[in-house]
Amino acid sequence: MSNYTAIREWADEKTADKTRIVVGLGTCGIAAGGNKILEAVENTLTDNDAIQADVVSVGCIGICYKEPLLDIEIPGQPRLSYGPVTPRETKQILQNVFIDNEYKHKKSLAVIGDNHFEEIPSWKEIPFFAPQERRVLRNCGFIDPEKIEDYIANDGYAGLSRALLDMTPAEVIDETLNAGLRGRGGAGFPAGRKWSIAADNIHAYKEKNPDSDSFGYVICNADEGDPGAFMNRSVLEGDPHSVIEGMTIAGYAIGASYGYIYCRAEYPLAIERLKLALDRAREKNLLGKNILGTEFSFDIKLKEGAGAFVCGEETALIASVEGLRGMPMPRPPYPAQAGLWEVPTIINNVETLNNIPVILAKGAESWAEKGTEKSKGTKTFALTGKVENTGLIEVELGMSLREVIYDIGGGIPDGKEFKAAQTGGPSGGCLPASMLDLTIDYEALAKAGSIMGSGGLVIMDETTCMVDVARYFLTFTQSESCGKCVPCRLGTKRMLEILTRITEGKGKIEDIALLEELAPSIRDSSLCGLGQSAPNPVLTTLKYFRDEYEAHILDGHCPAGQCKALITYTIDEVDCTGCTLCAISCPVDAISGTKKELHIIDTDICTRCDTCRQVCNFDAVLIDGNLL
Amino acid sequence: MTVSTQDRSALIPLLQQVQVEMGYVPREAITEISRELRVSTSDIFGVLTFYAQFRLTPVGRHQVKICQGTACHVQGAPLIIDAVEEELGLGDGGDTTEDGEFTLEKVACFGACSLAPVMIVDEDTKGNITPDKARRMVRKIIKAQAKKSAVSKNNGEMKNE
Repeated sequence: MSNYTAIREWADEKTADKTRIVVGLGTCGIAAGGNKILEAVENTLTDNDAIQADVVSVGCIGICYKEPLLDIEIPGQPRLSYGPVTPRETKQILQNVFIDNEYKHKKSLAVIGDNHFEEIPSWKEIPFFAPQERRVLRNCGFIDPEKIEDYIANDGYAGLSRALLDMTPAEVIDETLNAGLRGRGGAGFPAGRKWSIAADNIHAYKEKNPDSDSFGYVICNADEGDPGAFMNRSVLEGDPHSVIEGMTIAGYAIGASYGYIYCRAEYPLAIERLKLALDRAREKNLLGKNILGTEFSFDIKLKEGAGAFVCGEETALIASVEGLRGMPMPRPPYPAQAGLWEVPTIINNVETLNNIPVILAKGAESWAEKGTEKSKGTKTFALTGKVENTGLIEVELGMSLREVIYDIGGGIPDGKEFKAAQTGGPSGGCLPASMLDLTIDYEALAKAGSIMGSGGLVIMDETTCMVDVARYFLTFTQSESCGKCVPCRLGTKRMLEILTRITEGKGKIEDIALLEELAPSIRDSSLCGLGQSAPNPVLTTLKYFRDEYEAHILDGHCPAGQCKALITYTIDEVDCTGCTLCAISCPVDAISGTKKELHIIDTDICTRCDTCRQVCNFDAVLIDGNLL
Repeated sequence: MTVSTQDRSALIPLLQQVQVEMGYVPREAITEISRELRVSTSDIFGVLTFYAQFRLTPVGRHQVKICQGTACHVQGAPLIIDAVEEELGLGDGGDTTEDGEFTLEKVACFGACSLAPVMIVDEDTKGNITPDKARRMVRKIIKAQAKKSAVSKNNGEMKNE
């Protein structure tokens, strides 16, 4: 019996026939009040001896808009999912299920598994889940991320076992190449090719430096810095072993004996779970010396980022691991040639590495069945913004934006109009309604002026000002520019100044031409990806939403009603009931009026803080005469 | 503090450790780390100012964090920031109130995008926040603090009598 078979049997035995009460405690679940649900579960169990179950906290299953979630697994029954639940409802549901055998509750969300409850839908029938293809998220929300046996019992470390016991390193690289897996960090470089270049360099390095401590390094880039993106965090919190397994396979393939996970410090829960997972993997000899009884040894260290977006760039990340300011270096040499401490290094994104165990366990061919010809597999997205169903989703590459936004996302809330979909964060662009049928793959997105990016997908509606969005992203890139190269350091600053001017109503029509001149020069002459892609939000908004720029400059009008300098608040004389709520709430006392009489806003005092509009129960506060 | 390694790569983890313990990185710590690691203080200062995580000034008793992620931005985060800054009397780049009670931190994405806009006051995460709610959260703490100091002042006076 191989070492892996023994571990697998141990895991299967440990996880079999368990009654589990599952609470979603990813960062999003905690923010939505998940801890109170966990407390309610524990209290109910203490009060009721009749309910015997393991209480498990899991990572994010993705359906964030229904958080906090409560799931119940009873052997022989499909998993029952409820949400959003309150502590009171939690108690009720547990009593209903365990004492009265009553499974349906008004908060019943879905049944996961073979559904035999007619009155509760199967999760694959829910519009949010139906079009999804869960591979990267295979374990998120299902396994206890703190228990290695849960991961192993779900085919975890099977890929590593196959790689180490049945394949040569070259065969592992070939398998990855054949799968056609492209880097999920955004740029889409084929992972197998990166590995093969590194493997050659490591071979050469070994001959030259036979006494070196390490001949190569595997770095996992977990410095997910795009605002509006939390895919990697969810994977690290919900399924940390998948990344460790992927890194170990990569180490074997290229001939490295050490790895680093560079995780952003803003993800404390992910860091905690990674640390625990690393310890557990070492205990089971899935990491460390002579893994699974083979000749291969590999270990991983965790490095916390310190809050610099540019460290997502590989050479900057390496500088940061070395203890320096995270500033990029010109490439070549590429890290695969001379990386960390000048040793050949591969840097792969969390999601790329998470895919590796599946490719190895199931084979490249079966993995590559999904996706398009050039963009294989699936991709996770953080679907957020002005969309009905927000959450973490995973779709087959090649799906249209429309399907994602309207089928999975449920469309735009409050009957508003869709305006733009933002992909790729500060490095990407805003795509208009006319591009809703665009398929999501590396080439199509690049052709439209955006990028796949790491997977942030922010939906914007008619109340989002596109000039302000461009200004927002430039504010971000300008402050995150490391300052090493002039085009990025000064270029982003100048673009930001122009955009700020326009949103303040001080723009001139020549400013548009100036932006169009600046943007390509910054893109073409910056040192690294940060500067090269920083103009994308400006270029795409100029291309698709030029009329909004012109409205700001020529008419002194913000069509979305967002730019403070260009809008005025008024109160509708018909709808105002004189309830005085706005006057009481106004922080600067700009609203006057007596009870039951029309109220008036003094626009000279008004700071456009929007409080009156938000507190008004009669939709009587208007921006530029319109109800937003 | 003892430093076990002279390896340069220990610099950032060390600074992080200091910040966790002290809430910021004081000048004395920089000098000491400089001596231990044989890295110049100016070099350390360069690293400290490069990374957003590090603070060189003490942090307030209460920490207010407002998410500036894209989802929060389109859902109105700038209005929340304006409201809290005004409520705390902050402006011109300052992030901590003069009395050292509050530090306002505008942070990159929390990743709780489905609850946007999001604000965290101390350990309390609040989603779907409005400027009005944000103001009230801050006022509540100020009020509680005033009550507490009034009580302790009273107690102090009674003792003096």
